[in-house]
Amino acid sequence: MTVSGILGLAFVLVFFGLILTFTFVGQKRLKVGFREIPAISRLQRAIGLSVEAGTRLHLSIGSGNIVGFQSAIAFVALRVLEQVSRAASVSDRPPVTTSGEGALAVLAADTQRGWMRATGLEFDPAMSRLTGLTPFPYAAGVMTVVHDEEVATNILIGSFGSELALITEAGEREGAGSLAGSDNVPGQAVLFVAAQDPLLGEEAFATGAYLGAGAAHTASLHSQDVLRWVVIAVIVAGAILKFVGVL
Amino acid sequence: MRAPLSASIAIATGLVVLIGYFVPLGFLNSLRVFLIEWGVVLAGVAVLIGIANLYYVHWRKMTAGDPKSVFSAVLVVSLTATLLLVGSLGPAHPSSLWLFNYVQVPIESSLVALLAVILVYAGARMLGRRLDLSSAAFIITLVIVLLATGPLFGLEVPGLAEFRSWIAQVPATAGARGILIGIALGVIATGLRILMGADRPYSG
Repeated sequence: MTVSGILGLAFVLVFFGLILTFTFVGQKRLKVGFREIPAISRLQRAIGLSVEAGTRLHLSIGSGNIVGFQSAIAFVALRVLEQVSRAASVSDRPPVTTSGEGALAVLAADTQRGWMRATGLEFDPAMSRLTGLTPFPYAAGVMTVVHDEEVATNILIGSFGSELALITEAGEREGAGSLAGSDNVPGQAVLFVAAQDPLLGEEAFATGAYLGAGAAHTASLHSQDVLRWVVIAVIVAGAILKFVGVL
Repeated sequence: MRAPLSASIAIATGLVVLIGYFVPLGFLNSLRVFLIEWGVVLAGVAVLIGIANLYYVHWRKMTAGDPKSVFSAVLVVSLTATLLLVGSLGPAHPSSLWLFNYVQVPIESSLVALLAVILVYAGARMLGRRLDLSSAAFIITLVIVLLATGPLFGLEVPGLAEFRSWIAQVPATAGARGILIGIALGVIATGLRILMGADRPYSG
């Protein structure tokens, strides 16, 4: 086993230990809250409005490969879909989901079907669609959904690149607000400009905790905060040691 | 726990793949590769399911007399024709390549070209909607990098190219790496939640 392998495994085990610790300690006992993320606050209002005013939400989970690095942000989006489906299941117009990857489309349909079944409603397969298999055709398909389904709010969380601008522009033309988060750095540059409510950096990964998805989400967010400071300390220490000639 | 069997399979598979990356045991590495190959195959099958869903949605629109059903009809016809053509002749056949080079590539290129106009318009809209320090810094940096990258038709601005290089190599790289570190932490956290069974995107 190499040194980097040992360090990597140790990091993962420490992370796991922190999540377990914070899960059992609980948020009230921690007495450390989370800062407000305006985009997520507006998302919560949009979900409430979809129930009260009967408007439709559209959630797009991107075109990331489920067997790769991009699957994580897609799983975050599926959790957001679960929260949105749960809240909007009593709405006249259930949310519509689009994706650019086959397995994600199947998982999204499964998530929505579960909540529709739980509320005694029949699931319509058209509510969860694969709109394209490469980024730009996927965006073109999403643009037509935004127009045809009279969407009030677009929630775009997933592995998006520059094609995100096409989707947000379609939303602007329909008068729909857009909240967007991506794990792709060029995609984040685009969403900063194009989206009304951008989720920058790793804020998209925090949506579960902010939407009340469970103690494990809150605990993992606290763990990320702790380990972020550890990583910063290691980087700064390494830079100082390199500067003084030790490394 | 909802769906305990699927949760157990997911957790066991995830643990085998995770440990297989760090611990160099022969059988574990082989099992990891085997499971990932199964995952790739399943993802491929899911693509077929997704295409079937796409077909079903647009077929339904076409037959329901939707006002915009002509677009759905175009999609259904072109999807069927492409599947038959490429399925029978193969993706390397000149006809298949013609379809790709003279239909798909121009359409995707036009969407990319549209992006340039949309991004300029979005930038102007951002200044009106959200004028703060970060937006102003974004636009100023954008203008500097564009001026330094594009042709200035013989006009030489001293130090502009060096300043642009410094922006790309120092603050932009630092910011991108910081974002990537944060995203990496989020990815690990998401994976660990799934391994713990706290997140179950597979159980509906």
